[in-house]
Amino acid sequence: MMHIKEKGMKLLFFLTALVSIAAVILICIFLFASGIPAIRKIGIFKFLLGTKWKPANNLYGIFPMIAGSLYVTAGALLTGVPIGILTAAFMAEFAPKHIYLPLKSAVNLMAGIPSVVYGFWGLVVLVPFIREVFGGRGMSVLTASILLGLMILPTVISVSETAIRAVPESYYEGGLALGASHERSVFFTVLPAAKSGIFAGVVLGIGRAVGETMAVMMVAGNQAVIPDSMLSGVRTLTANIVLEMGYSADLHREALIGTAVVLFVFILMINLSVSLFKRRVK
Amino acid sequence: MTSNLRRRWCAYRHDPESFFLFLSVCLAALLTMLALVFIIAYILIKGLPNITPELFYSKYTSENVSLLPSLINTLFITALSLLFAVPVGIGAAIYLTEYARRGNRLVSIAGITAETLSGIPSIVYGLFGSLFFVKFLGLGLSLLSGALTLSIMILPLIMRTTEEALRSVPDSYREGSFGLGAGKLRTVFSIVLPCAVPGILSGVILGIGRIVGESAALIFTAGTVAEIATSIFSSARTLSVHMYSISGEGLYIRQTYATAVVLLMVVVLINGLSGFVAKKIGGINTGE
Repeated sequence: MMHIKEKGMKLLFFLTALVSIAAVILICIFLFASGIPAIRKIGIFKFLLGTKWKPANNLYGIFPMIAGSLYVTAGALLTGVPIGILTAAFMAEFAPKHIYLPLKSAVNLMAGIPSVVYGFWGLVVLVPFIREVFGGRGMSVLTASILLGLMILPTVISVSETAIRAVPESYYEGGLALGASHERSVFFTVLPAAKSGIFAGVVLGIGRAVGETMAVMMVAGNQAVIPDSMLSGVRTLTANIVLEMGYSADLHREALIGTAVVLFVFILMINLSVSLFKRRVK
Repeated sequence: MTSNLRRRWCAYRHDPESFFLFLSVCLAALLTMLALVFIIAYILIKGLPNITPELFYSKYTSENVSLLPSLINTLFITALSLLFAVPVGIGAAIYLTEYARRGNRLVSIAGITAETLSGIPSIVYGLFGSLFFVKFLGLGLSLLSGALTLSIMILPLIMRTTEEALRSVPDSYREGSFGLGAGKLRTVFSIVLPCAVPGILSGVILGIGRIVGESAALIFTAGTVAEIATSIFSSARTLSVHMYSISGEGLYIRQTYATAVVLLMVVVLINGLSGFVAKKIGGINTGE
């Protein structure tokens, strides 16, 4: 009796361990099975490199959205990464405890704020600000980049901080012993040593920025054309899906799922590079 | 203290580069802090005066976009998602830490898949949910579809935190239990798991935070019906989805502010709770 119970529970635990694996497989199957036929029908080059997205005229080129996602992600990295790494350096090497603790909880809180709240804040604060200062309609690549830069901060900060803390103290001491100041030791011995960990944080930040949906959609303007300046509106891959999924049908709907496939493959590549970097760190 | 500062200041005069580096890290940290304070203060200042009793009526109408139904739906969907994700996540973590041998293939595969799951954007989960749960399994736009989608989303989080918590329980506890004649199962349930509760709890709390803030994954799985769900098969919007819907219409800016305040309060509360639990874990570790 005892024996059966032990075996049974072991089997049950084993099955639960399979759930996450099954989930990944199911996600792949369902996305690819519904998305790839559409991509085939449209033609893979027409789909990926076509610059016209006009579902009413049967034109399904997602290049503007790919470019849009890349632009806002690059913008987010430009704003978020320098501030993120410097803040992480401050937290790991400079902050006294009474500053560190509130800062740490602030970063945690930033990670927890829902993206709709970020998006709404962007809509009522950033959009008018950009409109006043730089002109244009306010909903632009620039606005989305700044907002996304803020949203990836917690990811970049916490991963980088962990990486910086993992560097052996002897590196820092070696720097000091050679006569370097505290700042120089941190910046020229500790940070380079934490390079791959920090890079993993940046790549995770890219993943968040590419995958972010609601906040970007609320501030980016969403025109399905390749943006020609920092101040023109932009539509990302994610926004494309949410905007049109509700009323789409047939090939249009499948083309949207195809958009998700492209996004998914992109994220998988990012994930892969993160795990490669983590392995290298080990 | 002041002499220390003065000495540092003197050093900086001879080494402007160090001063510049010091200044830049301080500015960056200040900017991060200010950004958060700005977001929260702005929402609170604009939103608090707009919190009116009408927003907490149980009926949603286009004249009074009450947030209470969505708040209640959020509770439902959170409870339902946890109901699926927590047992599965804990079970998986138990298998991976207590049963699987070191270097087992399954352990590394499960680790990779969990990592993959945690990187997938929520809109992709939403699409998958609408393809699989809503259409393929025929659950329709419902609380159940939404909760199942979200439970897959938070599963890696629960698994990882539970695994970490289980691994931090010292082996001597297990050996002691075996030594007293307990079986594997009894050791897991009455010795190892109780020690890991605070760690598991902090994972669950983080999961709740993600569920409450989620919107993209729910629009196409749980739908946007703004009434209190009557069963797990009825479509219902959560607070985040509610906020998204009313912010898009442009007519309800004041109500959107108020909803944002409620959402923020929930998030702050959850964060405080997880900080509290984390402190508890720290207490246990130093006690040993």
